[in-house]
This record gives sequence, C-alpha cells and structure tokens, in this order.
Amino acid sequence: MSTFKQHSILPGFNLALGFTLLYLSLIVLIPLSAAFIRTAELTWLEFWTIVTTPRVMASYRLTFGASFAAALVNAVFGLLVAWVLVRYHFPGKKLVDALVDLPFALPTAVAGIALTALYAGNGWIGQFLEPMGFKVAFTPLGIFVALTFIGLPFVVRTVQPVLEDIESELEEAAATLGANRWQTFTRVIFPALFPALMTGFALAFARAIGEYGSVIFIAGNMPMISEITPLLIITKLEQYDYAGATALSVVMLVISFILLLIINLLQWWSRRRSIES
Amino acid sequence: MTTTITFPLSPAARKERATQEPAWVRWSLIGLALMFLTLFLFIPLISVFYEALKKGSDVYLAAITHPDALSAIKLTLTVAAIAVPLNLVFGVAAAWAIAKFEFRGKNLLITLIDLPFSVSPVVSGLIYVLVFGLQGWLGPWLAEHDLKIIFAVPGIVLATVFVTVPFIARELIPLMQAQGTEEEEAAVVLGASGWQTFYHVTLPNIKWGLLYGAILCNARAMGEFGAVSVVSGHIRGSTNTLPLHVEILYNEYNFAAAFAVASLLALLALVTLALKTLIEARNKQHQKQRGHE
Repeated sequence: MSTFKQHSILPGFNLALGFTLLYLSLIVLIPLSAAFIRTAELTWLEFWTIVTTPRVMASYRLTFGASFAAALVNAVFGLLVAWVLVRYHFPGKKLVDALVDLPFALPTAVAGIALTALYAGNGWIGQFLEPMGFKVAFTPLGIFVALTFIGLPFVVRTVQPVLEDIESELEEAAATLGANRWQTFTRVIFPALFPALMTGFALAFARAIGEYGSVIFIAGNMPMISEITPLLIITKLEQYDYAGATALSVVMLVISFILLLIINLLQWWSRRRSIES
Repeated sequence: MTTTITFPLSPAARKERATQEPAWVRWSLIGLALMFLTLFLFIPLISVFYEALKKGSDVYLAAITHPDALSAIKLTLTVAAIAVPLNLVFGVAAAWAIAKFEFRGKNLLITLIDLPFSVSPVVSGLIYVLVFGLQGWLGPWLAEHDLKIIFAVPGIVLATVFVTVPFIARELIPLMQAQGTEEEEAAVVLGASGWQTFYHVTLPNIKWGLLYGAILCNARAMGEFGAVSVVSGHIRGSTNTLPLHVEILYNEYNFAAAFAVASLLALLALVTLALKTLIEARNKQHQKQRGHE
C-alpha cells in the first residue's frame, strides 16, 4: 500500500486524477514550459540584455506604476463599496451589487473602446477634464483608468464576505466600552478586514500587470511613454523577434508566479484570521 | 418583579444605535460609493449602447448583419461550444479527485489549476505559438503534414481553453468539499456503480455550481481578446472572433460599427450577470431552507 493516497471506498480516483493531470499537462504545463525552455537557449547575458533595454525598463515602470496606482484606488473605493453594500440599505442596491462584477463579464476589448470614447477630448468625461488640463485618453493616465476598471470587483468581492461575517457583538462591546464609531472602525473592524483587503489589492494588482485588451485602445502606445509590457511582447512577436518576446514573457511569468505565491499566503492568513475570530 | 428603566434619550438618539453611523455619514458614504461606480462602471456600460445606436438603427443592424460580423459570431459560438464542454469535463474530474479523496500534493494541484488566471493573456497566446508556430516545437512537423494550428481556428480554441481552464473546477472544488463523501459512500455500499453514483447522487448536488461555473467560463471564452489576438492572425471572415472584429472595426475608425458589435458582447455580459445573480439568489434561499429544517 502506498501512502500517497488514503484509502476510500469511492471509485474513480485513478481515472479522475489521471485525466486531470493529463489535461493540465497538455493544456497548461507543457505550453508554459515552452516559454522557459526556449528562453534557456539564450545565454544569461543575452537574456539580461533583452529584458533590461531602456524601452523595456520604461514599460516595466509604466505597467507596475499604473497597476499599483489602480489597485490602490480600488483598495480604497472597493472597501467603501463593500461597506456600503453590506451595511446600508438604499434603492437599487441589488442591481448595484450585481453590476459590480461587470468588469469580470465584459470583454476587455469592449471596456477598452468604451473608456477610450469616454475619456477622449470630445468624449462625455474627457470634454470636462481636458479644459482643466487633464489629458486621459492616449496617456499613462488612460492606462490607470482602464486598469482601475478591470480591477474594480476584486477588493469588493474579497472584503464583502468577511464584512458580512463580522460578529455584531464585537462592535457592541467596543461601543459599550466607550469607543466611538471611528475608533470601532479603525481598531476593531479594519484589523479584521485587513487580510482580505490585502488579498483583494494583490489580486487586482496581479490582474492589472498582465492586462492587455482594455489598455491598448486607451494607451496611445508610445514607446518609452505609454507602452505596457504585454504590448511590447506583441510588438516583438510581430517583428518575428521570438527570442525577445519569449524572454519578456518569462519575466512576466516569474512575476505572476511570485504574486500568486503572495496571494496564496495572504488568503491563508485571511482564513486563519477568520477562524481565530 | 420587573421594572422598566427609561433613559432620558431624545427620539432621534433612541433611533440611532451605538453600532450605526449617523445618517449624514451613511448617505455621504453611499453617495461617494455610487459616484465612483457611476464614473467607472455605469457610464462606460451605457456609453457602449449609446455609441452603438448613435447613428441610428439602420447602421446598427447593417453592422451586426455584415457577413464579417456574422462569421465572427459563428466562430465565437464555435470556440465557446468546444472550450466550455472540455473545461466542464476537466472541472468535474478535477473536483472529483480533489474533493472526494485525500492524497499528497493536493494543494499544489489546486494551485496549478488556478495558474492560467495569473498568466497574462498575451503570454497565454505566445506559449502556443512557441509550441505550434512555424518556429515552434511542432511547427516543422505540422507544416510537413499541412496542418495549421496557429493563425487558424485550432489555435484560437486552444488559447481559449487555456484561459478558461480554472472557471468550472474552482467553482466545483469547494462545493464538493463542503458536501463531503457520505452520500456517495452510502450509494456505493448499496451497490451502485461509480457512474451511477456520480449521475444519481453527485450530479444533482452540484448541478447549480456546474451551471454557475459554465456561465462564467462561457462569458470569458466568448470575450477573450489578448490570448486569441496573438494566435489568430486576424484573417477577416475566417479567424476573427467577435472581440477581434471589434478591434478591426475600431482601428478602421468605423466607430459606430465597432460599438454595434461591442454592444452584442455587452449584452452577453449583462445576461451572464443576470444568470449569475439568479443562481446566487437561488443558492442563498436553498441554504436558508436547509437551515430551517
């Protein structure tokens, strides 16, 4: 008897696990490994040169900067939206709650052209911002707007269930002990929400870094100024620079894996917190 | 003996509980949240339909009944019709293994299933070019046998399957874990075969979760842009999905037509959200009923 699997009378383990592993290998693992194996054909120096040219470095700064700013805005407003949806009643609340997931369901290309039309100089929103000196469409600011849109549901959906589960006794106790609402929020509620908030922030950030569809329409895509890393991969691919495109995608993959690890740790922390309380 | 103690509270203060914010704070927060959502969600959604219908219904109908648009609709439906069932079978198999059995490396397997969600869509397309493209591992062999995967429909299907792998599995795994194994074990002890157990015991328990995952999987399969864009080759009328068709029309400055086609995808998104909300409401009610029993 191997110790790999605990005994069970249910059938189908070998078939189910075998199929799962075969499918994952063919669809996910082998293709993903192609990126690493093809990059291994480069020397370390070649790889380093490709992934640190000034144009590439500018794209990292833009991608990470805009993603961070968008995730930060989503952390603040996502917490606010989750709070309002859980704690208050107002007309149309159910509709608003359902529509929060729109960025998950709306194809990114549609979001991209809609935001571009809105924030262009003659668009509904752009026409007010442009006279005030804010050019949004075709600038890095536009990238921030698109990334805020696609990251919007993450914080709301991670914070919402935790907020629903917070025992009202805790808050009552705080009130009894003389805390005002602000103190109760900052000392009791916020610490309980913090792991979920961080998870939502990390999820929104991870999603924003890889985002392509909604960004390319609004970005303007000027090298060194408004060119994100995923677009640079496509550009290299269209120039038949496979080595360059692959090396850049390995950098993106490694960053994604590190973020995935962080997110898993955060979720574990969040779960432990909720069990403790 | 019972005595009623009355506190000297004003009527307004009595209504306000110690664990609730004053009304002006409540309404300011609601207003601020709705302002943010209006700016970033509602206006973009409305503008899709506004831009689509701005030039009149004739232009709208012409755009969505154009042969290129129709072939894009057909391809999008075909791709989803392959990708969703494949991931459905995968999701059920993975959830059966993970939720009903204890084995080593389970958490690693769950992480691997979620992996496609953290890969950039562009990279998701690129890896298939590396395997099947002309410069790729299987490229020379495929060219010899006159098989085309990249810049053809199979590549689009593969890229779509990749980005939608986790949807159904991650819906089913927690659901089936929560349901435990007692019911299935009882069926097996009573002499049911594995398939009978799955069909008559497990499937009725997971059908709503299955549907939920399939709806989300379908929405992403039909709407995927980045991954498909890398492997499609953008050949009009043959390898153009709906999102790619939107891009082509938009880049040709044919904005009314681009938004008309985009409005179809926006409708798909709204239908998806509606079905999702309905299933969630049903599940909540179901749980409540179970709680009362």
